[in-house]
Amino acid sequence: MTGTGNKIVSYITLALFIILAPLLFPDYRTSLAALWLLIIVALTWDMTGGQMGYNSLGNIFFYGTGMYVAAVVGISLAYDVADYTNAAGGGIYKFTDAQYFTGMLVGSLAAGLFCAVSALILGWLLFGLRGPYFAIGTLGVAIAAGELVSNWDWVGGGQGIALPVYPYDLDQGKLFFYYLFAGLGVAVFAFCAWLYNTRFGAAINAIRDDEEKAEAMGIHTLRYKLIAWSMAAFFVGVAGAFSAFQLIHFEPLETAYQTINLGIFMVVCVLLGGKGTLWGPVIGAIMFHVFKEVTWTYFLGWQWVALGALIVVTVVYFQDGLMGWLKTRRPEWFGIRVEQKAAIAEAAE
Amino acid sequence: MSEHIIQVSDVSKSYGGVVANKDISLSVRKGGITGLIGPNGSGKTTLFNSIVGYHPIDDGSIKFEDKEISRLPVPEIARLGLLRTFQQTRIFSAMNCVENMLISLPHRKMTIMQMLAQNSKADHDRAAQLLDFVGLYEKRLLRSGSLSFGQQKLLEFAMALMNEPTVLLLDEPTAGINPTLINGLIDRLKRANSEFGITLFIIEHNMRVIMNMADTIYCLAHGEMLASGAPEDVQNDQRVIDAYLGAH
Repeated sequence: MTGTGNKIVSYITLALFIILAPLLFPDYRTSLAALWLLIIVALTWDMTGGQMGYNSLGNIFFYGTGMYVAAVVGISLAYDVADYTNAAGGGIYKFTDAQYFTGMLVGSLAAGLFCAVSALILGWLLFGLRGPYFAIGTLGVAIAAGELVSNWDWVGGGQGIALPVYPYDLDQGKLFFYYLFAGLGVAVFAFCAWLYNTRFGAAINAIRDDEEKAEAMGIHTLRYKLIAWSMAAFFVGVAGAFSAFQLIHFEPLETAYQTINLGIFMVVCVLLGGKGTLWGPVIGAIMFHVFKEVTWTYFLGWQWVALGALIVVTVVYFQDGLMGWLKTRRPEWFGIRVEQKAAIAEAAE
Repeated sequence: MSEHIIQVSDVSKSYGGVVANKDISLSVRKGGITGLIGPNGSGKTTLFNSIVGYHPIDDGSIKFEDKEISRLPVPEIARLGLLRTFQQTRIFSAMNCVENMLISLPHRKMTIMQMLAQNSKADHDRAAQLLDFVGLYEKRLLRSGSLSFGQQKLLEFAMALMNEPTVLLLDEPTAGINPTLINGLIDRLKRANSEFGITLFIIEHNMRVIMNMADTIYCLAHGEMLASGAPEDVQNDQRVIDAYLGAH
């Protein structure tokens, strides 16, 4: 009983901290929102990478696609998209508060759904690939999408799209986007916590550990792989949509389909924290964010070298991340023990 | 209609120039225990792999419950209720024994909504009961990869039972198991057959084991059917004795 009691207390403390953090540290609002974005993409990356054994390097595709879908849908509710994005047009477009918020809401939902369906189609094509081939295949999709979109004038081509600015006070806007990302992050975490405890969660773990055996047991492997990736894609798509409105302006190669930045960061976060665990991606994202902020601030010019060194050290010495390291050092914390039959019988009575 | 649940007719399979199975015909009686013996390299595992759809066959027909299955892929055959265990035991080594058991629930019978539910108390009870049945109850919370080879085989057998198959194909269930445990395993296999009504089709090297269990035995040598019949007939067949002693 005290166990659950402690749990509730710690979750309440955590919830209070999440709510109060941007009010206590107002200078860090944008940075904290960026941390939540990292947590979201790390958690969703781990749904297939850590829990199912399919290391996608292309999840950034859903982030970029989410941005574009949200922007296009959001704009189309008020104006003609081709006119709006026409670089030579020079028109001035004003959004009322209602148009701004409806555009964001409908756009974000559309982004999530579009990405979920894209994952089903892409998965159908790519899930025949295993191991590194799947990673390279998905990376190819993300890179190709960036190139295609940057040559597509209807969505602004290489210029990208500029969205309307948050209609009220800009500091309040920072707070607003912090809570959007935090809300989505908490939702993704709760969703993962629930999913990994279902039979579905066990089935994707089985696919990770021995897909051939899972098939031989009659598990619908392809179906579950598609569903898992599609769920991940939904959340990444929504996160991309939020980013589009938060950043105001985005373009295809450096912001939307940023394969070498966020596309790799999400994998590094998970590796740091520990693949295939619920808390690993969250802890990894926090560690990575702190590392990144510190090096980008104090070692400017060397930040990429430091990041590369971090990746090498993690991959060579801490392959299982922090949680994996704890699991081998303190197996009893994770319920790994020999249990005596008599003790169980007594406990049951 | 037929009392034979698996019917293999004139099946041939070659790997390049090596003929692994040549015109093999056999049938597995529903509710019975059928044995498949033969020296190393005689094509037993190849035949198993053909039946469960692991590779396409060159010629012939394989029927399960009167339905042609020789062109179906592995998962579809498994979903019909025809399951196999592996000669090189395959379990989910990163999971503990209970998780291995729960993942072996018959997912083929579940809808996606049932998949998105947690395992019920009944599922946990059944997992515990079957782990007890194979003598692994005390070790159920250990990582299954840390168990001994023999214990992993027992776990794989328990997982197969959890899956509620109609027919279970076992590839050398006693290989690598401590001789004192073998008697217990024979007893459990027989009980799985009689109590759970699972038809068993077993590849086995240990003659004492298979003679004790099977009601019908087929013997392969060099990819061809050498002899078949009741255990005592096969055991006394001069061709079988020669094949095992290397005269063939």
